[in-house]
Amino acid sequence: MALSTEQPPAATALRPFHIEVPQEEIDEMRRRVQAVRWPDAETVSDRSQGVQLAKLRPLVERWGDGYDWRACEAKLNALPQFITEIDGLDIQFAHIRSPHEDALPLLMTHGWPGSILELLKVVDPLTNPTAHGGAAEDAFHLVLPTLPGYGFSAKPTATGWNPARTASAFDALMGRLGYEHYVSQGGDWGAIISEVLALQAPAGLLGIHINMPGTVPPEVLRHVRNFDPAPSELSEREKEAYDRLVHFYRDGYGYAAMMNQSPQTIAYALADSPVAMAAYYYDKFAEWTDSGGEPEKVLTPDEMLDAISLYWLTNTGDSSSRLYWEGTQAGGGPFDAFDIPELPVAVTVFPAEIYRAPRSWGERAFGNLVHWNEVDRGGHFAAWEQPELFAEEVRAGFAPMRHREETSA
Amino acid sequence: MSTVARTNTAAAVRPFSFEARDEDLEDLRRRIRAMRWPEAETVPDDSQGVRLAPLQALAEHWATEYDWRACEARLNALPQFMTEIDGLDIHFIHVRSEHEDALPLVIAHGWPGSILEQVKLIEGLVDPTAHGGSAADAFHVVIPSMPGYGFSGKPASTGWGPERMARAWAELMERLGYARYVAQGGDWGAFVVDQMGLQAPEGLLAIHTNMPATVPAEVDQALQAGKPAPPGLAPDEQRAYAQLERTFKQVGYALYMAARPQTLYGIADSPVGLAAWLIDHNDADGQPAAAVTAAMERTSSTTGELTRDEILDNITLYWLTNTGVSSSRLYWEYKGGFFNAKGVTVPVAVTVFPSEQYQAPRSWTEAAYPGLIYYHAVDKGGHFAAWEQPNLFVAELRAAFESVR
Repeated sequence: MALSTEQPPAATALRPFHIEVPQEEIDEMRRRVQAVRWPDAETVSDRSQGVQLAKLRPLVERWGDGYDWRACEAKLNALPQFITEIDGLDIQFAHIRSPHEDALPLLMTHGWPGSILELLKVVDPLTNPTAHGGAAEDAFHLVLPTLPGYGFSAKPTATGWNPARTASAFDALMGRLGYEHYVSQGGDWGAIISEVLALQAPAGLLGIHINMPGTVPPEVLRHVRNFDPAPSELSEREKEAYDRLVHFYRDGYGYAAMMNQSPQTIAYALADSPVAMAAYYYDKFAEWTDSGGEPEKVLTPDEMLDAISLYWLTNTGDSSSRLYWEGTQAGGGPFDAFDIPELPVAVTVFPAEIYRAPRSWGERAFGNLVHWNEVDRGGHFAAWEQPELFAEEVRAGFAPMRHREETSA
Repeated sequence: MSTVARTNTAAAVRPFSFEARDEDLEDLRRRIRAMRWPEAETVPDDSQGVRLAPLQALAEHWATEYDWRACEARLNALPQFMTEIDGLDIHFIHVRSEHEDALPLVIAHGWPGSILEQVKLIEGLVDPTAHGGSAADAFHVVIPSMPGYGFSGKPASTGWGPERMARAWAELMERLGYARYVAQGGDWGAFVVDQMGLQAPEGLLAIHTNMPATVPAEVDQALQAGKPAPPGLAPDEQRAYAQLERTFKQVGYALYMAARPQTLYGIADSPVGLAAWLIDHNDADGQPAAAVTAAMERTSSTTGELTRDEILDNITLYWLTNTGVSSSRLYWEYKGGFFNAKGVTVPVAVTVFPSEQYQAPRSWTEAAYPGLIYYHAVDKGGHFAAWEQPNLFVAELRAAFESVR
């Protein structure tokens, strides 16, 4: 920064970023939360019609009285955050360098309805492993970007920000940060972006670790989408995955169908009603955490409210949903098998993930599968739910790729 | 009307009128004015859903000049009643013709509709001699609100699908003293009248549907599996197949309500959120339905086309009754097929409107409804046929039921 201070930094410079939401926006959020008009209760005694009124009310009451956004903001601001323009769009990210200089650079990408908040609990274990039961050679330099249209990244105003473009942008980000070699990790959309990145195979990418792998063979997927009974040639383990996929596509796919097709239609309620957002996202916390439908067992109310408030305060219900529409234009579904023949792939299968991928499918999809572990706890939001286990898996998953870094460097 | 005398039982038929509270109307306007908008869609067309600019224009009108009291007055000018059927309060309009031997007709609305879709039919049906018909065309008209819709009660437990509604509408007609009657429906109302046809209650003479379920089993299977059209289809069948393929790509809203009706808290809390949700519904010419998109910009009409105030009347009815979620639950309740032939054997009349989800070919219609008494493909009108083309719709009902009088 030796240049004249008169000169504004170029858009593509790395600009330090700090969050401070205006107080009136926090007050307005609370006012709207308190003014909610409720529908009547569901007509069932379970969550088969969606988020139960009696589950949502206490969360919303806490939101309107007692919840403190500033505490969440302080947690984010405790990290080194930056913003930089890539491919015409401002991308916000946290960048936490390990004290171990030769740590492995790691790009970690969140998904929907997520944010970098769900990755915060693994920052210290990954960057500072010696303080968390690991060795110095387990260390990572961590880069946590926010997806376009999410959180404090800018919102695309034109089409085209599909997973492939985002993957390219994140590769550019790693290059801009000076990392010649790096690895990529993700769940949900972050998994898809990591897989797409692996297909693009940029020179710096050593390999990926994913916790929502795309492994479902096309012929199996056709049966799933037709709600057929499990084909008889499947193994017991594959049948279990098959049944979960059928459940997802038959009973749990409405949200995706709607965002694939009409993200703008749902946008109005999500922009206007904080409770709309709370319900829409809590639905997924309940459905996808390893909690038997009770996310309160694995996440605190304030953790959930932090995640929801981040969407509310950035008014990104619309722009985040559009990633589904973009993904649909690009083609393919969330669990379709990727064909990644050579690049090293590590997979951790968490038991409450939307489907529990069987190794047999993983081996077909990923030609160079260096790590496959089926762990005993955790769900779709694995880093958020089980940060210690998640960090152990990330270390183990990438251990074989560190060797490659040395030989290729 | 001897049944009106039974005032002391749940089955009594009680007069009904509705007057919104001033504070509810003020709260509605306040919420619309306080709308926090999302950014605009990133496309120059409807392909991402309900567009920002036309919805903003509609909301501006809704919060300022729009007058619910005018809609309310039109409704309250009609004889409306409430009666408990199968444990639930059912609201309905009941207008008797002056022609005593008129044919009793129950009309079933759908989603995202209401009794407001059918109000424009009433005059032409009950008073044909003043509306281009003869005394022999007259109907006594009964228009119930579905459970969970409008002023009807909201079910507090499961089970109110089309089958149960069909039984309830038959019970309603019997309770009104109609020993013989016909039934008409579109959208969910079409499912209800198909179920009435399957149940074939003693008094039911025939049904008329404007969203017929005619798709042959093997064609339906190909559609569900996302396969190309089976070989050997005639040109009008191929056209129907292509239309159904398109429709099944436009039913995100239906899949959502089938999976998670209760998660739609936003449409109880945000009037504009509710408006967008209700406007999203497609017809063959677009999603949102081309007829509705056009209506959003039509301030008045002398020839019966939908206007923006009619769109807002319907949305405001959902808002004031807080029935966004309870109405959605019908999608959760129903587990059956959509356009597949259901095996109805009673006399059936069908009008095919060109902008309906699909134009049912005569061949499929004859096979699906062996008791077909009337089939007519008209040249205008769509999914909301009664609302869009009330005069044509009245003419169709007269012609459709002529043979069963």
